[in-house]
Amino acid sequence: MVESRLTRILLRLGVAATLAFIYVPLILIAVYAFDASVTQSWPINAFTTKWFSVAYHDDNVRQALWLSVRAALGATAIAIVLGTLTALAVSRFKFFGRDVISLVVILPIALPGIITGLALRTTYTTVGIDFGLLTIIIGHATFCVVIVYNNAQARLHRVSGSLEEASSDLGADSWQTFRHVTFPQMRTALLAGGLLAFALSWDEVVVTIFTAGAQQTLPIWIFANLFRPIEQPVVNVVALFVIVMSLIPVWIAQRVTAERPGTARRA
Amino acid sequence: MSSIPYEAPPPRQSLGRRLSTFFYRHPHLSLALLLVAPITCFVVGYLGSLAVLLLASVWNVDPFTSQVVHTYTLANFRRIVEEPVYREVAWRTIRMAALVTVADAILAFPIAYYMARIASPRTRNLLVVAVLMPLWASYLVKAYAWRTILSGEGALNWALSPFGVSFHGYSTTGLWLVFTYLWLPFMILPIYAGLERIPESLLEASADLGGRSVRTFVRITLPLAFPAVVAGSIFTFSLTLGDYIAPKLITSQQFIGTVIYDNHGTNLPVAAAFTLVPIGVMIVYLVVARRLKAFEAL
Repeated sequence: MVESRLTRILLRLGVAATLAFIYVPLILIAVYAFDASVTQSWPINAFTTKWFSVAYHDDNVRQALWLSVRAALGATAIAIVLGTLTALAVSRFKFFGRDVISLVVILPIALPGIITGLALRTTYTTVGIDFGLLTIIIGHATFCVVIVYNNAQARLHRVSGSLEEASSDLGADSWQTFRHVTFPQMRTALLAGGLLAFALSWDEVVVTIFTAGAQQTLPIWIFANLFRPIEQPVVNVVALFVIVMSLIPVWIAQRVTAERPGTARRA
Repeated sequence: MSSIPYEAPPPRQSLGRRLSTFFYRHPHLSLALLLVAPITCFVVGYLGSLAVLLLASVWNVDPFTSQVVHTYTLANFRRIVEEPVYREVAWRTIRMAALVTVADAILAFPIAYYMARIASPRTRNLLVVAVLMPLWASYLVKAYAWRTILSGEGALNWALSPFGVSFHGYSTTGLWLVFTYLWLPFMILPIYAGLERIPESLLEASADLGGRSVRTFVRITLPLAFPAVVAGSIFTFSLTLGDYIAPKLITSQQFIGTVIYDNHGTNLPVAAAFTLVPIGVMIVYLVVARRLKAFEAL
């Protein structure tokens, strides 16, 4: 230990302050969902659960929820397929342009989301593709692929390819090798990547606003209603729901990959 | 003694086995099969779209119908360079991105340092999860939470009222606070990883040679952790540059993102031309970051 006692105490205080800074707004959102008043002010005078039932029976919220779920499932499915294929190619083969591929895959999250969104929107309107579930899914898939790719690629990097060679030496065909050797090794990484991709797609709004047309996913519903004072209580409930539903997959993904130390480091 | 020469029958090759052998002998073909779907999707879906966006920046808008016309002009770029409002917005956004990056680096350092060097492995894992979870939590909801916190009757002014202070939350300073909050986890994690890679022995050597803790920190820790700070700043910078949701929720001031967002329906070519500003800034930023060895710290 090089750090003095005073340094350590100060650091501990710093950690506490930072964690408070990170978590107080999240806690406030949860508390506001139970606010009985329609006009939002702090502190809260009376608590109620009635807005949950109002939100539950709201048709627009239900439709938005259903659309969000379908979009997230679609984007996750595409991300798992494309992410796995790319990761297999990049980690099991050496070829010209390999670095380019790993760079291009990262582009959708390195460039601001508004650029992806506007680029896709311009393309849809120019080519003449109607806005619908598919246009949302494509938009989400662009940045979900990299999440699955990163997870799969990190795992494949750690497990050696010699097991696969041994499997073929022992007479397994490519499909059997993939099914009995490669896939079991990647399984938890793919599950974690898929869950994270789902969480990312579920609450995405920056790209989705450009690719959704007139439809509303849950985040778009929030964005469209949060400036309307009358909808404030329902927005609070939906906001809490969105945040809880995005944290659950992330938490499971953490658990799944944390079984061996060092795996979850770069989620 | 005569023996019947035994000849093993050729093993019956299943179709799958024969295919596998074929692919084993032609690795290029299996590589192509793996990559054909991802590459097609990415080139057509993503890079193609970016190309269309670039193309849109040289399109015209018919002054009478306000429809986009596919004839080519450089007027959109001229407008962005010549009209001072665009320059002002660009500078304001870049300044904001820089200030947010600095604030995040300062805030991230103590917790990252604690995680990397002082916390027990158990606490460290807990802290990593505690920082990682909010990173994934809905960004819109977090920005919305700040909208309620910063309002006149919000929690911040309530907390400040005993001190007789009030804070005008829906302002540029308020937005700076929100951005700093939103991207903080993106800064903490790379710095933590960077600090963890510094060998303890270097710090001990510095102490042995008489370096006091402040001196050790300034001369050893900080320079070695710098690439990690740059790595984290890629996120804080890029995310601030393109954001339009938080500015819409917090202020009425224009930023690059809000200008693009507000124009994309009425004047797509100008919006498309303006996207080149964040793209250009990010390319320069990434090149510099690469020079500073930030990519190895990612």
